[in-house]
Formats: sequence, structure tokens, C-alpha cells
Amino acid sequence: MKTATEIDIQTEGEMPRLHYLNVEIGVKSWLLTTDHKRIGILYLWTILVFFLIASVAAAMMRIELLTPQGDFVTNETYNKLFTIHGVLMVWFFLIPSIPTVLGNFVIPPMIGGVDTGWTFYTPYSTTYANSHVITMAGGVFVAGFSSIITGMNFMTTIHKMRAPGLTWFRLPLFIWSMYATSVILVLATPVLAITLAVMCVERIWGVGVFDPKLGGDPILFQHMFWFYSHPAVYIMILPGMGVISELITCFSRKRIFGYGFVAAASMAIAVLGFLVWGHHMFVSGQSVYAGMVFSILSFLVAIPSAIKVFNWTATLHKGSIYFTTPMLYALGFIGLFTIGGMTGLFLATLAVDVHVHDSYFVIAHFHYIMVGGMVMAFMGGLHYWWPKITGRLYPEFAGKLAAMITFLGFNLTFFPQFILGYLGMPRRYHAYPPEFQLFNVLSTAGASILGVGYLLPLIYFLWSLKFGRVAGPNPWRATGLEWQTPSPPPKHNFEKTPTVTERPYGYSPEEDVDLHLASI
Amino acid sequence: MDKFRLFPPEASTSAQQIDWIYFALVALTFLICIIVFVPIISFAIKYRRGSKADRSNPRVESVLIESGWTIVPLLIFIGLFGWGAVVYFHVENPPRDALQVIVVGKQWMWRLQHAEGKQEINELHVPVARAVELTMTSQDVIHSFFVPAFRLHQDVVPGKYTREWFRATRTGEYHIFCSQYCGTQHSAMIGRVVVMEPVDYARWLNTGQPMESIALAGERLFRERGCSGCHSVNSKFHAPLLEGTYRKPVPLETGEMVTVDERYVRDSILLPGKEIAKGYQNIMPSFAGTLSEEEIMQLIAYIKSIGNQTPSNESAPNEQR
Repeated sequence: MKTATEIDIQTEGEMPRLHYLNVEIGVKSWLLTTDHKRIGILYLWTILVFFLIASVAAAMMRIELLTPQGDFVTNETYNKLFTIHGVLMVWFFLIPSIPTVLGNFVIPPMIGGVDTGWTFYTPYSTTYANSHVITMAGGVFVAGFSSIITGMNFMTTIHKMRAPGLTWFRLPLFIWSMYATSVILVLATPVLAITLAVMCVERIWGVGVFDPKLGGDPILFQHMFWFYSHPAVYIMILPGMGVISELITCFSRKRIFGYGFVAAASMAIAVLGFLVWGHHMFVSGQSVYAGMVFSILSFLVAIPSAIKVFNWTATLHKGSIYFTTPMLYALGFIGLFTIGGMTGLFLATLAVDVHVHDSYFVIAHFHYIMVGGMVMAFMGGLHYWWPKITGRLYPEFAGKLAAMITFLGFNLTFFPQFILGYLGMPRRYHAYPPEFQLFNVLSTAGASILGVGYLLPLIYFLWSLKFGRVAGPNPWRATGLEWQTPSPPPKHNFEKTPTVTERPYGYSPEEDVDLHLASI
Repeated sequence: MDKFRLFPPEASTSAQQIDWIYFALVALTFLICIIVFVPIISFAIKYRRGSKADRSNPRVESVLIESGWTIVPLLIFIGLFGWGAVVYFHVENPPRDALQVIVVGKQWMWRLQHAEGKQEINELHVPVARAVELTMTSQDVIHSFFVPAFRLHQDVVPGKYTREWFRATRTGEYHIFCSQYCGTQHSAMIGRVVVMEPVDYARWLNTGQPMESIALAGERLFRERGCSGCHSVNSKFHAPLLEGTYRKPVPLETGEMVTVDERYVRDSILLPGKEIAKGYQNIMPSFAGTLSEEEIMQLIAYIKSIGNQTPSNESAPNEQR
């Protein structure tokens, strides 16, 4: 994507004198900021804290599950641990991760906009310590509003603030996937808010909606919960797919294969994703015929995901492939997402779901999508845009090492859980029969390796803030508009709004570029 | 530790059918992984930066290729859906000759009763090669009755009846798990199914105290709790007679028709004003809180057992007035 404006002046090997990080200083300048880039940074720190707490909870669960008996923590503590792990990871890490950190940071410069237009305060309260239902629901309720507003903000920004010449089919695919995500955020999250509000009304005033003792229907709660929560799964994975499209094309130095199909697949997922919630309820006592409708629709929603995987693979053909850290995460993503997606078909198949429902098979499946997919994409994206965010490069060798450790540790943690699930180990079990021990031990061993894979980047990212090599405006020689500003960008991104005259991803595989990195 | 296993024991007819689909899906997953991973690895090697491979005229779009990798998976998926749906339909619809067992889940145990009256806690004894149907409800939160060896799984929901069935194919002992999170002791809500030879099962069923069958227990309750005071030909109150009504349609005051089934009988006992049969007054008191889940199921079994009778003076209990 070439633009009519010159790249803003940044002297080789030096940080820009004035940028968004140092233009204002002090706590107040951060907390009251209206700069989308600073908001992205605030989100990064917030979700990092939640990720660490939720990871510690997961580690304690894996230690408990080393032995069949419940001997490390009590069953009550174990129940609190998986509740904390689930709520924090889903609502306070996965859902906000790519949209709020990378989305807030890169959407405006990626489309040549000046700022996101309007803004909001860092919205999370620390409700995790209290396991009371109403406080928990309250926290998720508030976070839900953050989701809705984020979605509206992105949709208005993408509609109204694109640079001149940046037509819909010149948009980077990350923007398409964020647009699809925003549609789901705006349409689905209110249903969650309604559900939680109704639940509180029932608990406080005894109005029977879900409680059969009060004349309510507990299955209705499941319908409402999954009407939000299944689309929410796509809120979690679509941004990851967008990041992968950017990484694959940049490090293959080639235009993405089937741009239109990849973009349309995002929108198809957003639409079909609303029609499959009942596949969580095949054994809940809902009608057999409802089960059949939800089953076929669930198979259909797998098609656009498959299209994306095939297009990413085809993009590599005749490319010039650079094995940088972000690319390793992207390739890892494709592998893990493929396995996660295929095992989703097992769950969409009615008869097989009757057996594996609520077993470790389900746990393994959605961790392949959420951790193997989304977290890998988040890490890939964070490494890719880290030079833009901080102005400095992370150490490439340590980055590659961490990516490979994460990939190995992840597989060792979660692959045994597929087998455990088919063997019949139910989820949320604090103690289990002894024949399940072998695979639980393997899983815990994997989790400790995975932990190393996550701690390494934490260390070298912090190190790079001070000691990392100065990146310059465009260390990856990438074509996106966000790479046309200095790193870190100035407060207003572009001194002059750029004009776009070409389709995205104008890479040329035959040209050998030096990325200033130690190459394998 | 037990012996190393990748699959649970296959001990019911549905388990065999479900395992075939599972193996087909595993094979498809391997195939797709080969189709995706082999090109990724070979392109990654062939087109690594600096290699001498030919990179001229790279393709970036092809409607033909896109259609191919859209339509082929679509056809495979429709086939898989159909196979899964057929087996699911079979798994969800019990045969008519099944042995009947009622199951009540509560925090944190399973209470079961055979149609003949034998009661069990956290254990289910069944004969091999006979269909067994479980009619289940919960007296508190949602539980789920899961027997991995039978590939059998059904939520047990308060306020309604769910059912599942199986035909065991080999004798032995198998796990029962609660698989729907139900509170602190969720992972302790486990039990076992004991599959026995028919003769052993008959012997087991007839040991211990003489039993009162579920339907007879229901008949006794029908008298003791005063139901028969109104629901009989000799009653001075105008209440519907229940003989011959089960599985038959009944007109309501609202003009709707309902079929007398487990749900309707249950609701009529607990929420009698909800669906008034045409021509009757809302005069029946609710029995909510005074009958246990087992007692309600026994009353239903009784009404089911008189589903083919016609009302008469002889069949009416006579200790009234």
C-alpha cells in the first residue's frame, strides 16, 4: 500500500524525539488519555494481570490433577479455581486481548485515521476475588458494556475514518476480521447483559424465570447464555484470524491468496455464529429435531474457517518465507487451529457429542481454538507490532525459542486431554478414578513447559523496553499504513492524512529484503 | 493403575455405533492434517527466504480452487451430519420393551428404583442384552447421568423428566459419573453400573425385602394422600376420572388439547391450576412440597398402569365416604 505522503522523518537508529509515550507524562496523563494507542497500552497491562492470575489458577488445578485423589486443594477451592480461570480468561483476557490491545493500537493508523473519535476509561473492576454470583455477574456486566462500546467504536471508526482512497476492498484483512468481531460484540453482548440482569432479579426478588421451584425453566437460561456465549467464541477467534492473515502475507512477502474469500469468510462466521448456540445443548433435554438443526448449522460454520486455513496455506506457495518469531506463531496457529477445528466437528456430530459432551474432550477442543489459536495469534501479533508500540525490537532468538517452547508445551498439555475425554473423564472433577492418571500427569508436565513459554516473552519484552535495538519506522518492510509512521508513532499518528491508491499487501516475493534480523 | 487404554470399554449397542463415527472422524482429521501440513512444510522448505525456487507469476486468486475447497468439505460435512443424526435419533428413542428404572439425582447422589420396586443408591444393576430405560429428574440442581462405557449421556433437570436408554452387550462393572457441574462434591457424585447375566439379575432382583412395585406404590399413595377421594366415580366432588386417560388427548378449558403424559400428570399434581381439563373447576390443592420426586414418579406410574382401564365402581377404591 503506497501512499502519497512521505514517511515521517525518523533518523536511522534513533528513537523519534517526541512520540505518544513521552509527549505527556504522569499518571493522570495516562488515566485520562484520549489517545487510542495509550488506551491499547492500558488494556495490555490490565489483561496481562488477569492472564497471570488466571494462569496461576490453571497451574494450581494441574497440580491438583497430578494425582487421582483431591489432595492439593479442597474441592471448594478447586471449584473456585476453575471459576476464576474461566471467567478471567474468557471475559478479561481472550475477549479483550486482540481487539482492545492490538485493535485499539493499530486500527486507526492501519486505516490512516487520526484517532478513534471518542474514548473511554479503563473499565474493569477487580471482582474476581469475590465468588458471589451477583458480584461476579456485575463484573461481567460492566465488562460487557466495555465490549459493546469497543465494538461500536471500531465500527464507526472503520466506516467513517478511513483514509482517502482506502475503499472496503483495500482494507487489510485484520480490519475485516475486527469489523466482523464488532458486529458480534454489538449484537450478542446485550443478550448476556439481559441474561445476567434477569438472573439477579430472580435471585434478589424471587421472580421465577430460570428456577423451576419458582415456575421457571432452567433450560431457558442455557439458551440465553449460549445465545451470547457461542458468538463470543467467534469474538475470541476472529481477531486472531485477522492477525494471522497479516503475518502470513508479510513474512511470505506475497499478496494473500483469495483476499475476497478470506474477508467474506469473516463475515460468514459472524452471521452463522449466531445460529449454532443449541449445539451446546444436545443432551440437555432439548428437542431431538432442534438438535438436528443446530448440528447441520454447526457443520456449516466450519466451512468459512476451513476456507481461511486453505487460503493461508496457498499464500505460502511461491512466497519468500522468513522464519521470524511472528511467522513461527502464525504457522503454529494454523496447525493448532486445524486440529481444534477438526475436533469441533466431533462435537457437532450429534451421536458423538452424546458421549464426549462435558468431558475433557470439550476442554481440549476449545483450548486448541482459544489458546492454540487465539493466544498464539495474540503473541504473534504482539511480537509483530511490538516495534511499532515501543519503538524497539525484542531479541529475535529468544522470541523464536519461546514460540517453539509454547508450541511444544501446548500440545503436551492439551493433546492428552482429547484421549482423557473420550475415555470419559468429566470436566470440573477435583478427584478422578486412578485409570485417568497417566494422561493427567502428561498434561501437567506440558503445562509447566507452556508456563516457561509464556514467562520468557514477559522477561525479554520488559528487557527490550530499555535495551532492545531501535526498530525504526518499518523493521518488517511491511506495506500496511501503520508502518508509515515513526515508531513509536507521534500522538496524532499521521501529520498529514495519507491517501491510498492500491490494494493491500503489495509484497513482491522475488525481491530479497533485509529485515535486520539474525535469520535462521 | 489400571491397564493402559486409549478407548473406554465398549459395553452397549450404541457404544459400537458411536465408536464407528468416532473412528471415521479421527481418520478424516488425520487426512485433513496431511492435506494442510504437508503443503505447509514443503512450501516452508522450498520457498524459504533465499532459496532458488521459481517464484514467477505467483497466483493470488482462483475461483475454481476456492469453489473446490468449499464444496468438497461441504459434501463430507453433510454426510457426517446425516450419519450422526441417524444414530442420535436411535440413541434418543427408547424401544417399547425396555425395562423401566426411575432415577432421582440430588446433591450428591443418585437414587434409583426398578419398576419391580427394588431401590439402589449410586448403583444400577441391569441384565445384559435387555434394553433399559431410565426416566430421570433432579430434586435440586441440574445433574447429568453419564456412563462412558455405554457412550450414554443425558442431563437430569429439576422440574422435568428426561430419559435415556441402553442395551448392555457385556457383563462387568462400569463407571457412572455426574458430568454437569452440581456443586462442591460434584466429582464425588459417582457410582457404578453392574451388568449381569439375566439369571443373576433375576436372583439379585428377588433378594432382600419383599418389594412393592412402582405402580403399586403409586396406587397406595393415590389412596393414602387422598387423591382417590375426588378422582373416583363415588366422589361427591366433580373431578376427572383417571382410568384410561394416559397417552390420550384431553381438551382444556382454554380450548387447547394436551396429551396426558408424564409432564401433564406432574404439572397437574404440583401446579393444578395451570391446565384445567374442560368442564372442571380449579378446586384441587397443590401437592408441591408434600410429595418427594420418587412419590410423584410412582403416582405417574400408577396412572400409566391404569391407562387401559375404563372407570367402574369395582375399580374405584371403596374406603371413601
